[in-house]
Amino acid sequence: MGGTNIDGVALDERGIIRQVKRPVDRSDYFNSIWNCIKELLLGVKKEEIKRIQLSTTISTNAIVENRISKTGVILQRGPGLKWDFDIPGGCIADVTGSVDHRGIPVSSESADEFSKIKEDFLNNSVEAVAVVGKFSTRNPDFEKRAAGYLQNNFKEITMGHTVSGKLNFPRRVRTSYLNAAVHSTFKSFAKNIEESLKREGITAPVYILKADGGTIDLEGATAKPVETILSGPAASLMGMTALLNEKNTDRCLLDIGGTTTDIFFLVDGVSVFEPSGIEIGGHKTLVRAIYSTSIGLGGDSHVRIEEGKLKIGPERMDHAIAFGGKYLTPTDALVYLGDAKAEYPSESAAALESMAEEIRLTPAEFAGMIIDNFCRSVRETVENTLKKINSRPVYTIRELLDGRSVKPRSIGVIGGPAKAISKYLEREFGMPIEYPENHEIANAIGAALARPTVEINLLADTDREILSIPETGVYEKIDKRYDLKEAKERALKEAKLAGHAMGISSAVSETEITEASSFNMVKGYRADKNIRVKAQIKPGLVAGI
Amino acid sequence: MKAKNELGLILFPAFDWAISPTHPEREERLLYTQDQLLEEGIEDVEGIHFFNPLIATKKDIDRVHFCYPSSEKLLTESHLIAAGGVMRAFDAVLGGETDKSFALVRPPGHHAQRVVYGDRGFCIVNIEAVGLAYARQKYGDMRVAVVDTDCHHGDGTEDIYWNDPDTLYISFHQDGRTLYPGTGPIEDLGGPSAFGYNVNIPLPPNTGDEGFQYVLENTVLPILEDYKPDLIINSAGQDNHYTDPLTNMNFSAQGYARLNSRLNPDIAVLEGGYSIQGALPYVNTGIILAMAGLDYSDVVEPDYHLGKWKQSGRVAREVERIAEDVLNIWKQRETLGRKLFEGKSSVKRNRRVYYDTAGILETQVQEYRICPDCPGVDSIRSQNDRGASLFGITVPRKACPACQKKGYDLFEQEKGYTGKVFLQDLTRDEFFSE
Repeated sequence: MGGTNIDGVALDERGIIRQVKRPVDRSDYFNSIWNCIKELLLGVKKEEIKRIQLSTTISTNAIVENRISKTGVILQRGPGLKWDFDIPGGCIADVTGSVDHRGIPVSSESADEFSKIKEDFLNNSVEAVAVVGKFSTRNPDFEKRAAGYLQNNFKEITMGHTVSGKLNFPRRVRTSYLNAAVHSTFKSFAKNIEESLKREGITAPVYILKADGGTIDLEGATAKPVETILSGPAASLMGMTALLNEKNTDRCLLDIGGTTTDIFFLVDGVSVFEPSGIEIGGHKTLVRAIYSTSIGLGGDSHVRIEEGKLKIGPERMDHAIAFGGKYLTPTDALVYLGDAKAEYPSESAAALESMAEEIRLTPAEFAGMIIDNFCRSVRETVENTLKKINSRPVYTIRELLDGRSVKPRSIGVIGGPAKAISKYLEREFGMPIEYPENHEIANAIGAALARPTVEINLLADTDREILSIPETGVYEKIDKRYDLKEAKERALKEAKLAGHAMGISSAVSETEITEASSFNMVKGYRADKNIRVKAQIKPGLVAGI
Repeated sequence: MKAKNELGLILFPAFDWAISPTHPEREERLLYTQDQLLEEGIEDVEGIHFFNPLIATKKDIDRVHFCYPSSEKLLTESHLIAAGGVMRAFDAVLGGETDKSFALVRPPGHHAQRVVYGDRGFCIVNIEAVGLAYARQKYGDMRVAVVDTDCHHGDGTEDIYWNDPDTLYISFHQDGRTLYPGTGPIEDLGGPSAFGYNVNIPLPPNTGDEGFQYVLENTVLPILEDYKPDLIINSAGQDNHYTDPLTNMNFSAQGYARLNSRLNPDIAVLEGGYSIQGALPYVNTGIILAMAGLDYSDVVEPDYHLGKWKQSGRVAREVERIAEDVLNIWKQRETLGRKLFEGKSSVKRNRRVYYDTAGILETQVQEYRICPDCPGVDSIRSQNDRGASLFGITVPRKACPACQKKGYDLFEQEKGYTGKVFLQDLTRDEFFSE
């Protein structure tokens, strides 16, 4: 589901059964989706439907259009940086107390602080609440106390430690706030879907695509709706991965649209991720997301001469002249060069010829120049982005010395002009280019074939004798002798369990440890351990087509 | 949140390196600092940039040290990366990427002297000096002040800049009579070409925030104003902290941040500091905010109580006396220097250097030749209790042609004797050893 259109595909083991494209009715997102589902499933036996997967803009739009619940945020900031939080329409309340970096309580809030906040929030007709403490992933007690106190008075209470196991207090605050704020909107959408499916007699489970290219089941998404934001680029990326032949290598993927070109990178066939999380409506969050960057250049970008120099984009004024528009575009140049077909070839050629004359070039030279400029800008953006990705900070000598850098060996392209422009991109990049068939529904295919993902952050502190895994809500006592081996086994088990809960049968083979370290903590003559393990079920496809 | 000053951070905790598993200089040292910085959302502050370290080369090390038997044999990758982290910090500022930079790297370096037989005070390579020598080679001459706020006297840095008039070395430290390495009295003022440009400020145990502030305002800032450096480097050791296990001072995160803010260094480099849970996370956050020009007033240690760490009146009076003495000497440095060196053609200095970590005792004679036209060529004759010996010659960057020739003559003359012979020709950036 995009801003203007909604694309759908029905797939079976052999491939595409049906595809649907419909305009989005911005006043009724639910029915836009529901009608698309109904059309896709025409003639399909209900009991044969294995699952339904959606990439929706429900949460994204609610945030961007500010159709969210009035939200109160309770913060235990403790000492440190003084961040200001932008909570549109909501209110922020601070409580005293703090927890240190190991999760050791320094001091606690008092119970009457909660009662005063509850009263304030109710007086301000707050509907949803987010409670977040600094270092709450290490010790969630404050958040649990606050939630316990307020639970009967508000529709939703999001506790910061449940949204992510990563450290970053300001992002945890915004992520928790957004989660609480969109909860009600997403919940009613989920309820609508469930009831409609039930009415139709469909029992297949529903999964929602996340920004990291994985899915989450409807129940999970209802608890953590913030996970469903900005899944559009992930849908395109997963779709391209499914449609392209070459797998498991470093690649650059381009999605050339009318206005913009989106750029993605794969390392050994798996997407590069945002280091901390995605940004939405000015809020930097901890929501895991694939890394993508966008350049204001597309097939319909506005081509003009300014002060004797060729300019392309970043605006799109209209369709290409070749397709009934009024402004010259790169598409018109491709038509002139004989690489693309047109509805209005002569109008397109006339416009290009007259602009070529303006800067004293032959029309063919000018058309070539437009495409060369286009391709060069794309290549430069790709190279600069790669430079940024490859200089991300590392923290170990091993990584610095034999650090894995992203080195694309080929390019995959989708989008309207993909086929026409590929030979020019091939020349510009000096790399083989691949463009798949069916690229116009790549995003729907991506949404359909993505599988659930799970990421967990385990920390074991044998001095405090505490094991924590915020993502699965594990906070338990451990033995002094707990070691890295046990921690790794536990992390894998927890990731698998979380995967099973979401219906991943193949989770066993897909679970992996992504980071693991054990630090000696020396106190006098005693050495304890601070063990950190990250595990995940990595994003991928259910099966290729 | 937007930083007033663009700040480059080289945060390299080297999570896979330790001197030994339970040594203070172990993998865990910057773990909680990194946790704190991540949790504070430092990465999301606009204007704060993270850079990976460079990896220093043999030549980068040889510009500063006479390593026995050689820099390759003595240093591990961790040392080359720590030094490379500082080099990156210089590139960030002098290459115009950021206004300021801070290298949070390990292991530290300020106890590493010109001659290196092994590890002393957890240091083998003087990372600031390697960074600065690299920067002078790459970006040209500059007058630099190194202000060392580590609790231990930076005897390595003092030794390296002893006779360099273009590098002012100021060290705040706990009085050497009460702490490793035992050096750093007020009377050690520098060699004949740079007399007075080695400024030691030994402070009594239990000096608190007020004492450091007093010395900064009344001694260090006036000296800097006089010297007019092009660049200020802060050797930001964090062991003056009241929780440090190895020292006896009462400095706080607020104190460190305020000091940094007033000192206004271009580049800071982490040195020592082994209170890895109680001090480093807060002191480093405070310094980063101060350098970025952001509000640090809420960076407070969990166990900090203002009254508890207030310095006594006796300590305050002693600090004031020392501050005054140091400033007076600075004002009279030229007169004092003339008295000492007039009519002499060279000055000799006998030293004994103990390598606490490696357990080596070194004796050396340094000789500074006095030249009317340049800082003069100097040399070190050194031997240790393991039977190793070396002769090292330095031709300084601004050496005159005669002194440069003198350096090469000395090299030829010493070759063939016992031990290794080194020549550092900083005018040509060339290094020889036999």
